[in-house]
Amino acid sequence: MSKRTVEVALATPGLDAQGQPTRVPVGVAGEPPPPPPPPPSAEPAEPELGGEHMLVNLGPQHPATHGVLRLVVELDGETVVRVIPHVGYLHSGFEKLGEYRHYNQIIPLTDRTDYLSPMANNVGFALAAERLMGIEITPRCKVLRVIACEMSRIISHMVWLGTTSIDLGAFTPFLWAFQERERIYDLQEMWTGARLTTSVTRVGGMLADIPDGFTEGLRHFTKTYPKTLSEIDRVLTRNAVWAGRTQNVGVMTAEEAIDYSLSGPMLRASGVPYDVRKDHPYLDYETYEFEVPVGEHGDVYDRYLARLEECHQSNRILEQALQRLPDGPVNVDDPRVILPPKSRAMGDMEAMIYHFKQVMEGVKAPVGEAYVGIENPKGELGNYLVSDGTAKPVRWRIRPPSFINLAALAKMAEGHLLSDLIAINASVDIVMGEVDR
Amino acid sequence: MNPSVDALRATFDTAIGRAADVRGDTIVFIDAARSFEILKWLKETPGQEYNYLVDVTAVEYRDAERPIEVVYFLRSLHRRADLRVKVELPQDRPLRVDSVVPLWHGANWLEREVYDMFGISFAGHPDLRRILMWETYAEGHPLRKDFPLRGRFSRAEQVRQALAANPEAHYSLEELSIAETFNELPEGMKERLRRGDRGKVPYSE
Repeated sequence: MSKRTVEVALATPGLDAQGQPTRVPVGVAGEPPPPPPPPPSAEPAEPELGGEHMLVNLGPQHPATHGVLRLVVELDGETVVRVIPHVGYLHSGFEKLGEYRHYNQIIPLTDRTDYLSPMANNVGFALAAERLMGIEITPRCKVLRVIACEMSRIISHMVWLGTTSIDLGAFTPFLWAFQERERIYDLQEMWTGARLTTSVTRVGGMLADIPDGFTEGLRHFTKTYPKTLSEIDRVLTRNAVWAGRTQNVGVMTAEEAIDYSLSGPMLRASGVPYDVRKDHPYLDYETYEFEVPVGEHGDVYDRYLARLEECHQSNRILEQALQRLPDGPVNVDDPRVILPPKSRAMGDMEAMIYHFKQVMEGVKAPVGEAYVGIENPKGELGNYLVSDGTAKPVRWRIRPPSFINLAALAKMAEGHLLSDLIAINASVDIVMGEVDR
Repeated sequence: MNPSVDALRATFDTAIGRAADVRGDTIVFIDAARSFEILKWLKETPGQEYNYLVDVTAVEYRDAERPIEVVYFLRSLHRRADLRVKVELPQDRPLRVDSVVPLWHGANWLEREVYDMFGISFAGHPDLRRILMWETYAEGHPLRKDFPLRGRFSRAEQVRQALAANPEAHYSLEELSIAETFNELPEGMKERLRRGDRGKVPYSE
């Protein structure tokens, strides 16, 4: 049937001269019959495909890219020859916005960078601002921040585990992992009033002390959570399909991992025992008992094992933090940085002045700069603040762990199959809010 | 003070500028012209071994007279030592410094981001393209202090440009050569791509 015949059929006005509906059989509108197929020649009918590379565009709207990541993949058959990642679709200009805001006003922006572990980002920023201003936080605040960080690690790793297992075809762990995440979210909501946009820290303290019932809720969580982890472990770790799709895929040796500045579980899975909590301790992490899992093959499977074990260790840290949680004030006793209680601000002249100055002028930081790196679930999250003495930073730089880890994707995926690219991309544990900032 | 500073002074003498301890971290300023050589020395000399590049970024101060700083955060993983190295680039000269990608592959995207956000070019970088902003972005470099928070162009102009954008422009020259669609592009665009004029909107010529 030729193309022209179809056009004739579609262009029929509908009624003929006699007022009857026209019936033009498709392919019979005065056309000659189609030519017979050409006689089979000696040459093979299929074109020569060898050596021709194909360009496949994956994303930015694709469920397996974990956000608006776009990968332009050069394929030789099903083998990945080259990956060219494109990022920036979620660029929000947080660093630029930070230059126009007071230090405490920046904290809500940090929620939105790595939105799978907002509380840990809040802590990272507050620590950098406090080092810049020379503020020493209270013992209770330190323990509360450790709880915030480790809760974030658990939910972030649970999201990673769930989405990665879905990418590789295992649906059940996703449901288990998200159920656990939901329990942490309930606790976060109890504490901050928000599930995701927590903004839990303030420079010099916290948004609020933990509410009644929080410690009991968290203690219940730490008791019941390892059961889920062991179930996930039983379903995945010795699963032939899981191991087959993850072992020896996306290997980074220790030298390569260092060369590419990887951090967090990505670096440790390659056999480099570096954890900011152990090597540059903050929040008194050196006084907690926990192990740092280190892989030896640097493949997707080792990254999975490292993250699974980190969940166990985070649970241990949470138990210890609950045990030692001291009484006392949460915020530092410094009216320059911490707002006075509302009751005093309404009745006491001095408190009202401090309130006014903080809200209108912001907290001034002395001239200088400070960098604090913390061990976020994705890797080393750095906050670099440069101040010229005003209440707004000259420069706020986030060292984005998943951005730097993602830069190694092209290296890791070379020579693997297209379906392995999905596994490798999942193993990086990216969150585009942080990659694009 | 980190002992590496004294070792640097002994080796490079005048190429090492002032150094200071600021809130627990040692900062050392080095000469822009010899930055690659000095960073290579810091990475490879036994006793220094700053083998891990934590971050590369830049700082522009609100005072327009102050030079822009390119900041390298170095770390020696086995010595557990950190050093922050800064290179000053005066604003009245072209902003240019040697790339450190040959030393650390991790610098690739970080330097691209600094180029994108500050307009500092890195000599010897293998693939210096914009990274967070798109390639035809024509408003400048967003983290510069003379860049307004809402962008240089009006909202109307930004929308007009977004609608007028050529979808093919979202592929780089490299990618187009893979797909062999390069030959199907309009003549003017091919010409621009050959000249290496990225970051210009088609109708601005």
